[in-house]
Formats: sequence, structure tokens, C-alpha cells
Amino acid sequence: MIETLKLLKGNHLVSIMKDIISIHDFDRDQIEGVLKSAQIMERFIQGTDILEGKILATLFFEPSTRTHLSFESAMKRLGGKVIGFSESSSTSVAKGETLQDTVRITEQYSDIIVIRHPRDGAARLAAEVTSIPVINAGDGTNQHPTQTLLDLYTIQKELGNIDGLTIGMMGDLKYGRTVHSLSCALSWFDVSLQVLSPPGLELPSYITEDLMEKSIDIVEVEDMEDLSVDVLYVTRIQKERFPDLEEYEKVRGSYRITIKTLDHLGEAIILHPLPRVDEIDPEVDTTPNALYFKQAWNGVPVRMALLASALGWDQ
Amino acid sequence: MKRELKVSAIRNGTVIDHITPGKAFEVVRILGLEDFDSVVSLAINVSGGKSEKKDIIKIENRILSKEEVDKISLIAPHATVNIIEKYDVKSKEKVEIPDEIVGILSCTNKNCITHYEPVKTKFILKNKNPLRIRCYYCERVLNEANIKKALEKA
Repeated sequence: MIETLKLLKGNHLVSIMKDIISIHDFDRDQIEGVLKSAQIMERFIQGTDILEGKILATLFFEPSTRTHLSFESAMKRLGGKVIGFSESSSTSVAKGETLQDTVRITEQYSDIIVIRHPRDGAARLAAEVTSIPVINAGDGTNQHPTQTLLDLYTIQKELGNIDGLTIGMMGDLKYGRTVHSLSCALSWFDVSLQVLSPPGLELPSYITEDLMEKSIDIVEVEDMEDLSVDVLYVTRIQKERFPDLEEYEKVRGSYRITIKTLDHLGEAIILHPLPRVDEIDPEVDTTPNALYFKQAWNGVPVRMALLASALGWDQ
Repeated sequence: MKRELKVSAIRNGTVIDHITPGKAFEVVRILGLEDFDSVVSLAINVSGGKSEKKDIIKIENRILSKEEVDKISLIAPHATVNIIEKYDVKSKEKVEIPDEIVGILSCTNKNCITHYEPVKTKFILKNKNPLRIRCYYCERVLNEANIKKALEKA
């Protein structure tokens, strides 16, 4: 354990911040600090004991597979333990308990909280009512900062750098919180964006205004063939967003990546926060472009870095 | 030529001066003055000192709270609030948009946690001109039109 600590401290793995709520709270140095820490954590992926004796509480008010499991995996690899729930129906929330009370109670039993909630801003509110660190694992349509950090980690790991890249975003850009968080983080880098979405599911104006304020070049493209990108970030188009099922069936095919459409994408890497439905054909999975499974794996070292940092073990 | 005040002076109360022309009705609405039982006088498009137009509201027997003054700042950022006592101006203060706007606006995002939990709303001032504020919780950015809507709902 002492050797592990020495190595991490020697590499300046610093405590980034107590709560990880929104990418809006990060500057470029802090983002790069997390990416560097995640890289170091990869060396300890087989296990270490730096968080021995610490307990993570996972409060998942909404379903999740990857985020929930990768946080659990990350905590256990750091030597800590995990408690929590993955649906609120079996908790006091079903009896009408407020989120604030649930968080205050959880504080009594744990050292750090990871929360996913269907309402925008729930994680910020949770952080306000407790003195232990809170990590946002997705709040409504707002933010998903740990997903963004693992997205950036994947891009940097695979392409060596984030600056100078053209990043494409395709799918539901209006409601997709992963896209909102990622756009915000990318505004710290020298990148260009190309966006492609069905009518009515475009990137919200409050996000495009933010990006333009930071002089990020955004181009709206109408067809997948018009994309010319280094990275293509694909998100799921959710059926329930369409009032008319016929309309959904119409757009669905235009946003589907197949072996054939890969021709237009050249060597671009394809990322997806997953789960996918049918926006990426399984045939694409074995091509060098497909990096979404590696991206999911990267969630573990990134979340190890964030848990270790938030618990301030190096203070 | 003799200049005459179009609205009579008040004995005790508040005069809101230098309201952006056309915004007096909005100020009346957000302060709930339609239901106020003392005299409220409105002057619209009054010529100001530098030949600029302005609206004025005079409210008898009412002193505004800080929250109410903050609300006015979001609609009429150049307004001044004068407290009148026995026909004299006791104090004169320019409204100022606070850096943190707490408990006076309802978030326009229907999915914001503030609609579901017992908590005061909070917005962070992002930009004064054009006015942009960000919900501290859901991070939605509100522009002037959204703010007007949010004030009416609050």
C-alpha cells in the first residue's frame, strides 16, 4: 500500500475537487489532472488497498448498467466496499421521503455517494445537504460528468491528443446528457464540432451559445456522408421522444452506422456512451473504428481516479 | 413655461424611477400591485432629464423588500428605488442585479429538481447585457424572455 501511495503521489495525483457534479465546475487543468490520474490508475487495475475501510453508497434512482457496475468495480479495485440501491421503489423514497433526507441518511452509513437521478440538478442539491463527497452519475437531461471524463480519456488515449481534432456528434443531441457534458468539456480544447441530429432533437441553444462564446466552430451537417471527423460520438435516438412512431421509423435508418456507411468515415473512431439499440450495426463492432467497448472499460480507471481524488486520500 | 408633474407626489411610500419604457406594467405585475389596496400611480413614457423616456411607479404606504428590489432589477436594470417619508426622499438607490438570485424566480425547466424538493431556487448571474442567468441546480440558462416568464410564475 505504501509503495502504491508513493507512486501516485510522486505522479502528482492531486485531489481535484470534493464533489464531481458538473463539467461546468472543471477547467482544462482539472480535466487534464483527471486524465493523468486515470492513466496512473490503469497500473493498479488488478487491485490496491488505498481506499480500504471506506464505503461507497450508490444511490441509483434510475436504471444503469455500465455506470453503476464500473463505479462498483472501481471502488472494489481500490480496496473499498459498496452499499446502495439500483431502484428507488424498494426504499423510503417510495414512501415519500425527500431526496435531501435520503442523502442525509446515507451520509450516516458511508464515506462517499454516487447518485443517478431523473431530475436535472438532483446531484447538486444532494451535494449541498451532505458533508461527504458526492459524484453525479447522471442527473436528468443535464450532466453526466464522469462519462465525459472517460470519453475524453478514450479520445486522448487512442489519438494522443484532443486539441486539433474534429469531433462529430450524432443522434439525440437535445436530450442526451452525455452530449451536453461532452460539448461543455470540449469547449476547453482547440476542437471543431460537426453535429447531425433529427429535426427537433438538435443541440439546445443554451449549449451552442456557450460553445460559440468560447469560439468553438460548430457545423451542422445534414447527412452522414457530409461528416468529416476524427471522432464520431453516437447517441441513441429514443423512440419515446417522437410523438409519431412513423416519424421515428423514418429517421432511424438515416442515423445508423453500418459497414457500408463506414466508407465515409475513413479512420474516424466511433464512440458511444451505450446502451445502443440499433444505431450501430453489430457488424461494425469488429472494425478498428469501433471503440465503444474499450470506452466502457476506460470507465473503471477514470472512476478509480475520481473516487480516490474525491475521498482526498492524499491530503 | 411652468413644468408640472403629471403624477402627484406621495406622502409616504416608494417611487420606482427610471424604469425601462414600457416595463412598468411588468413591474406592477411582479410586485402584485394589482391587488394592493393603497394608491399606485403609473407614468409611462415620461421624458427624462436627458430627453430619454422612462416609466415611473409611485406606491403609497409601501416599502419594498430586498427580494422585490432584486425582481425589479431583472426587468428594469436601470431603475432607482426612492423611499419617501413626509414628501421627502429619505433614500435613493439604484437597483443592481445580484450575482446570486435566490428564491425569487421559478426555474423554467420543468424537470428541475427545485420543482420537486423543498428548496429555494438559486440562479447565478452569467451576463448583464444581454441578461443571462444560470440555474444553480439544473444549469439551464435563462434569457430575458425566460426570466420574464419565470418571474410571472414565481
